Amino acid sequence: MNARAELPSPAMMSRSWTLHPTLKTGLRWLVWLTFNAFALYLVVALYAQRQLAFALLGLVVTGLASYVFINRRAYAHRYIYPAVAGMLVFVIFPLLYTVGIGFTNYSGSNLLSQEQVQQYHLNQTFLAGERYRFTLHASPEGDRVRIDKGEQGVFVSEPLTGEPDPQTPLAMRPASEVELGEALPLRDVIKRRNELDQRVLAGPGGDLLRMYGLREFAAAQPLYRLAEDGALISNKTGERLVPDLERGFYVDEQGEIVPPGFSVFVGMDNFAKVITDPSIRGPFLQIFVWTVAFAGLTVVFTLAVGLVLANLLQWELVRGKPFYRVMLILPYAVPAFISILVFRGLFNQNFGEINLLLDTLFGIRPDWFSDPTLARSMILIVNTWLGYPYMLLLCMGLLQAIPKDHYEASAMDGATPLDNLLRITLPQLIKPLMPLLIASFAFNFNNFVLITLLTRGGPDIIGATTPAGTTDLLVSYTYRIAFQDSGQNFALAAAIATMIFMLVGAMAWLNLKLSKVKV
Amino acid sequence: MAMVQPKSVKYRLWLTHLGLLGFIALIVFPLLMVISISFREGNFATGALFPENPTLEHWSLALGIPYTQDDGTVVQPPFPVLLWLWNSIKIALISSALILMLSTTSAYAFARMRFGGKAPILKGMLIFQMFPPVLSLVAIYALFDQLGQHVPWLGVNTHGAVIVASLGGMALHIWTIKGYFESIDASLEEAAVVDGATTWQAFFHILLPMSVPILAVVFILAFITCVTEYPIASVLLMDVDRLTLAVGAQQYLYPQNYLWGDFAAAAVLSGLPITLMFLYCQKWIVGGLTAGGVKG
Repeated sequence: MNARAELPSPAMMSRSWTLHPTLKTGLRWLVWLTFNAFALYLVVALYAQRQLAFALLGLVVTGLASYVFINRRAYAHRYIYPAVAGMLVFVIFPLLYTVGIGFTNYSGSNLLSQEQVQQYHLNQTFLAGERYRFTLHASPEGDRVRIDKGEQGVFVSEPLTGEPDPQTPLAMRPASEVELGEALPLRDVIKRRNELDQRVLAGPGGDLLRMYGLREFAAAQPLYRLAEDGALISNKTGERLVPDLERGFYVDEQGEIVPPGFSVFVGMDNFAKVITDPSIRGPFLQIFVWTVAFAGLTVVFTLAVGLVLANLLQWELVRGKPFYRVMLILPYAVPAFISILVFRGLFNQNFGEINLLLDTLFGIRPDWFSDPTLARSMILIVNTWLGYPYMLLLCMGLLQAIPKDHYEASAMDGATPLDNLLRITLPQLIKPLMPLLIASFAFNFNNFVLITLLTRGGPDIIGATTPAGTTDLLVSYTYRIAFQDSGQNFALAAAIATMIFMLVGAMAWLNLKLSKVKV
Repeated sequence: MAMVQPKSVKYRLWLTHLGLLGFIALIVFPLLMVISISFREGNFATGALFPENPTLEHWSLALGIPYTQDDGTVVQPPFPVLLWLWNSIKIALISSALILMLSTTSAYAFARMRFGGKAPILKGMLIFQMFPPVLSLVAIYALFDQLGQHVPWLGVNTHGAVIVASLGGMALHIWTIKGYFESIDASLEEAAVVDGATTWQAFFHILLPMSVPILAVVFILAFITCVTEYPIASVLLMDVDRLTLAVGAQQYLYPQNYLWGDFAAAAVLSGLPITLMFLYCQKWIVGGLTAGGVKG
């Protein structure tokens, strides 16, 4: 029937060494099942820990995987699945998650969820009764605690094995039932103090004992109990703690907050803070202006240097082009993190070679790191050094496309090289260059590594409540709000990041329009 | 071709050469300075471009060998530079191998197949690639913190996390390879499929061997990107022994502990291989930069 079936095709020839089809299908299903079982375990575990965002991410990623690898019609999608999944998990999800944080009060003081904070309070205890002397004894099953309760008798705990867990108290039995060795010296107790602190012993009557000092155990009661309306009632004073869902703290009857806080949804508060709070708005605007200026000036400077050099190298009469080319792209070849640190050392105000040179030549020692204007100039100098080779390479490629006879004609008319550059070269370059310039602008807008390694944002802006420097870009400012010791205000950082996302999104969209990408 | 030349051309040519050489001298000065500093005595000493008393002190420390000074005191290496370099290379090699593998298969589908959502996915990848990961570091940290509780080798402070995180940045590589695949005539693969080869076989045995040059370029580009990656590694890695070079190198220049000479030697030692590799491959890399992704 089918003539092609009789021909020895590559697929048929290779069948001798591939697996039997049913075995192959079986194997595929086995892999699929194991993968899904593991993924589902992960999703359920995350869900159980109330990490809904992560559970959802796991569900989407594994669901897509199953669909793509089972469905025959999605055959082509199998090839792109890993890349798309990588993008989904490590770019798009963090982006959305960050935007989400921007609407909460997630920060160093409000790190936990409400359930965790409630549990934290419920785990608190206070001393509510007699104190009893204890001794630590070795026994065949492990060390035990012996507690002398006076008239009530002497009790011995279960062996102290495994990790201490305040949630599961160790039972105690009358001392007569257990064989004990000699009491261990106090230095052994001191050595195991941290472990003993975590141990809870339960007496026969259900009373709970905790270590109190180095020699005694005492009856400890939970400080709070949970009321039906979600409030916490103090067992000690009878005071009520009510969760304040606006501020993310439990509040006592005087309205004072009781740390730790939990993260709650606060709507547009963080965004409003950026716009209305003068101690944040001032630095924010200053940094925004500098960021735009920095990115714009970098593009202009690197393009200017790169274009001029590309034109010079383009000239047929110039010899030794390979040498010039290699030397000129050298700054691009050195890893940026190394050259930036090199400049940081060279510009050092006290022992830097640049100041030594300037001192001997002109007798000046500029404060590159403490004067805002000089610091900004230094950053622009360094970034031009780092960035011009890229523009040079781009321009050299694009210059090839300009027809030679344009220059021929202009030479006939007696044009100077400057005329050539401004009237012929630039107008023809600018159109293909535009998307690349926007990409370069966007890259420098977010040039975190340069600022972090060179100045760390300093010198600081005076009067800012957030860590903000005069050379900070928006990205490094965001990073410092989130990660610098005094900051840890993840929510505010996320709100500012969301604003930057919108700007970058606009730039990316513009770039795509201008470059007319063909798919 | 007879080009019309202005009269003053000779004078201009000399000026051009002079200008270029002057510019190069200015550009290369910082790099020469660092090499010179790496041979200087001490961490604060200043001196000429050619040190008067060259010493191998800093080089010995950068290579991890304790250095005995003239007065008999032994200086221990301040940081494990070679270990950092090894960490960087290990992470970058595994990352770029994975990136190459996954972006090649993706690029194949984008270049040769028709499927739903092709155009939006490609464009979406280009757009999302422009969002800097620095801004979502809190989320990335939280993600690996969660992952690490269930899969220990993917947790915070592991190299696995840094490697996996680099898989987010494949879009540009996919575009580069896709552009190359599209420049290769598809008729050979079609012939193979007519003869009964599967799509995968046509891709693996026919297209792939013809694309080795672009694969090499993408591998090198990915490698350099990974070695120089700073923000994610700086948040995910904590122990001194696990740092990559990009994260560790800055520890030399803390104001409290300013080791300028030691840094210079470490910088030359670790920067030189990457620089030479880049210069050696520059022709292909430039092709990849202009051909892929954003085409005018």
